[in-house]
Amino acid sequence: MSVDESLASASNALVYSAMAVYTLALGASTMDLAALGDRASARMRKKQQGKSQQMSAGVAGGGGTATVVRTSASEEPISLAEDGASRKVARIAVSLTVLALLLHIGGVVTRGLSAHRAPWGNMYEFSVTGTSVVVLVYLLVLTRRDVRWLSTFVLAPVLLSLGLAVAVFYTDSAPLVPALQSYWLVIHVSVAFISISLFVLAFSTTVLQLVQERREIKRAAGETLGAGRFMEALPTSTDLEKLSYRLIAISFPLWGFTLVAGAIWAEVAWGRYWNWDPKEVWTFIIWVVYAAYLHARATGGWNGRRAAYLSMAGFACIIINYVVVNVFFPGNHSYAGIG
Amino acid sequence: MTTVEEQRTAAEPPPESPQPVGLGLIGWLRWMWRQLTSMRTALLLLLLLAVLAVPGSLFPQRNIDQVAVARYFEDNPASAPWLDRLSLFDVYSSPWFSAVYLLLFISLVGCVLPRTKVHLANLRQAPPRTPARLARLPEHRAVQVDAPPAAVLEAARAVLRARRYRTADFTDARGASLAGQRGELRETGNLLFHLSLVGVLIAIGVGGLYGYRAQMIVQQGKAYANSVAAYDSWDPGALVDSAALPPFAFTLDALHVAFDEDATGNQFGAPRSFSADVTLIDAPGDAPQQRQIRVNEPLRAGGASVYLAGNGYAPVVTVRDAAGNVVFSQGTPFLVQDADYTSTGVIKIPGPGDDLGLQGLLLPTVSADPAGVPVSTFPDLRNPEVLFFAYTGDLGIDDGVPQNVYELDTSRMQRVTSPDGQPLRFAMKVGETYQLPNGLGSVTLDRIDRYAGFTVRHDPARAAALISSMLAIVGLTASLFVPRRRLWVRAAPASSGSGGTAGGTLLEVGALARSEDHGLAAEADAVLAAVLARLPSSSPERTPGQQSSRDTDKTQSPPRQEEP
Ligand code: HEM
Repeated sequence: MSVDESLASASNALVYSAMAVYTLALGASTMDLAALGDRASARMRKKQQGKSQQMSAGVAGGGGTATVVRTSASEEPISLAEDGASRKVARIAVSLTVLALLLHIGGVVTRGLSAHRAPWGNMYEFSVTGTSVVVLVYLLVLTRRDVRWLSTFVLAPVLLSLGLAVAVFYTDSAPLVPALQSYWLVIHVSVAFISISLFVLAFSTTVLQLVQERREIKRAAGETLGAGRFMEALPTSTDLEKLSYRLIAISFPLWGFTLVAGAIWAEVAWGRYWNWDPKEVWTFIIWVVYAAYLHARATGGWNGRRAAYLSMAGFACIIINYVVVNVFFPGNHSYAGIG
Repeated sequence: MTTVEEQRTAAEPPPESPQPVGLGLIGWLRWMWRQLTSMRTALLLLLLLAVLAVPGSLFPQRNIDQVAVARYFEDNPASAPWLDRLSLFDVYSSPWFSAVYLLLFISLVGCVLPRTKVHLANLRQAPPRTPARLARLPEHRAVQVDAPPAAVLEAARAVLRARRYRTADFTDARGASLAGQRGELRETGNLLFHLSLVGVLIAIGVGGLYGYRAQMIVQQGKAYANSVAAYDSWDPGALVDSAALPPFAFTLDALHVAFDEDATGNQFGAPRSFSADVTLIDAPGDAPQQRQIRVNEPLRAGGASVYLAGNGYAPVVTVRDAAGNVVFSQGTPFLVQDADYTSTGVIKIPGPGDDLGLQGLLLPTVSADPAGVPVSTFPDLRNPEVLFFAYTGDLGIDDGVPQNVYELDTSRMQRVTSPDGQPLRFAMKVGETYQLPNGLGSVTLDRIDRYAGFTVRHDPARAAALISSMLAIVGLTASLFVPRRRLWVRAAPASSGSGGTAGGTLLEVGALARSEDHGLAAEADAVLAAVLARLPSSSPERTPGQQSSRDTDKTQSPPRQEEP
């Protein structure tokens, strides 16, 4: 079957429009973050008072029949306590992100329709589809928790990847080579997308966690904190660490599934479920590094920061697997379609 | 971080195992074993494994591409032998890589078996006794109800059972209580995960020993019977009985190929579909069946799988001697060299006197490049042409040494020259006949057939590897997401001093997380709500779960110390 050129160009137009709207959303969320930071630093000054109030909450009791006395130490205020109506800009940012994602998904779908197949047959398509999954996963997390503070750190890498996709990886829409004509492409790659998206989010929260931790240490030492007042608006490093862990914990079995699905496909396609092809090697390395991260977190003497370095190393391996291996290492998986 | 201490499992030795002083050999061995099976060692070995896997993607590997390794040796004659000595071209079977993963798995077994023992004992143990002060637990709820303590505890028992807690009754000075523990599945999952990894490793090992892999080329119209003799390459595991291969056979009826004719740029001529029609006979005497083998759709026969791994062209050439007698007439597979299927091959014609050797270059769609050199511009047979060079002399076939059928050993042959003294080179289209000089006879290019490259693979442990890896994922998921919790419910007769109606019950719920657990507060709320819902007369003024500690202080009556 041949390629529908008008759909292919519609796809390109949609991707470019999505990028434009993402840029606006990025601007709005960055403004929101700055404003949050200002307010949070103002709040910091009143903090002492707040603290004593919370202490009394811990032992508060109610008289009267059937009044429940509730003491809770394990609830996490990952979403920010104070926001409400004052965060108009944040709401605009979310609306813009949703709009951009709709355009983005439109671009992905038309690309797939233009070639009558799943739109992930080469690196351009991996990047465009993968970034849409990142934004989708972020918005899904958003429905459960107010993590709008994360928006800037999601949209910036997404825009960067899309820029790279259209500028460097771009390939005209075309049918697939026989090796990729398999429903395993859909299973294996779509789970990989979801997993990588979660790792991307976890990477962002891990970086923020490390920055936050530095600030907390400095503050405890009585040092003045330099730039980056917006960090005041973010959760504590402990909460960021828990969030990173949770994202990685969801992603890790999915990555394991990606690996196994890839092996099943390799068996069907090449007669060998594992052949240490460069792509397989790096998928394995990523899995082992994140396994090490999970172990590190459970090992005495390894604190959150050292485990965080491992999760960052895992992310570096993902980037290597995606960019370096696809482009420079020849192997059975050489279908980047660049050049 | 906060969770590190809670996370450590009972079976794990303390991070700083004391140095054995004067313990002798046994003591040292025990100490080393403890070190090897510690979490820290597992962590380091995991990281080491990741790092050591990297060079295998940087250097060409023999298991993937022998040709690339040979090229590396040519390009780097000085360094390549050294790298080879370090096994850098066989990373994944190298002693150092094997050592690390074997140590890791020994560590794993050494770690997991004792944990399994502890876990099995834990499963049979009753939940621990109710702490004196439930209010000190991370989650605590207290409420006064009208129902008598016994009814409250019965309700609590039903609730905890429904929520899959194992329960035990206790009574102390403060009253009767119920202890519940759940989430043992988390540890079960963790153990299942680690043991399944061992399963995967064993399956890979068994597959390597009892499996085989072979490759062969089958020309269109030709039959193939599964046996070592039919293979062009044969790579058996150490314990394979090569006389007992499944006795299936098939004929390659047709090979369909399609290349992209519409696309522009680098997609023009890209492969779009390959498929082979075959007639399969499962075992001698069985009825023939029509089957299709495609990329991604292997033929499964007799426990083996047959994959369509490649395809190419086999020019069918007839050679006649000077008297016009046919001395050779068959197709010869040519090896594909590039994306446009430029292919090379040799035709060996042993003679009663001198042998004849033809070196051929096949261009499926010939056209002249800017410099006038003929090249192929499309992989399909649109305008095929075969260029030949001829050699006479001794092919070396009679020496009894197996020869590479794709190479001509010209060390004992001379190039045939044309009358002007230049090396002879002739281009042929299908149907043409060329008269060789010096009474060497004639060459006719009858037609160009296709051939398919098949890979035959048998791996008896394939299913075991799949099942183990699936179990690993299932175990892992349980291990990451099943919360381990302890929960206690105490129902004490309300003392008159506590402000409640005399005769009522003070119902307390305390909960403790024993793993990463962000749902503990919600669990305590839910348990309390469920218990209250089961009590007939009690009608709480507010439903627990709607308030949180953050708003307690704003909404409730004056704070009061609950415990004296
Ligand atoms: C092939 C090597 C190994 C791999 C890929 C691996 C992988 C993992 C993964 C992904 C987890 C996280 C799941 C969870 O938190 O429950 C985990 C947990 C764990 N592993 Fe391993 N592991 C390996 C070897 C070992 C060894 C040798 C030990 C013993 C020292 C060990 C002990 C543990 C323990 C105790 C946990 C539970 C940690 C916790 O409570 O969170 N593992 N492992």
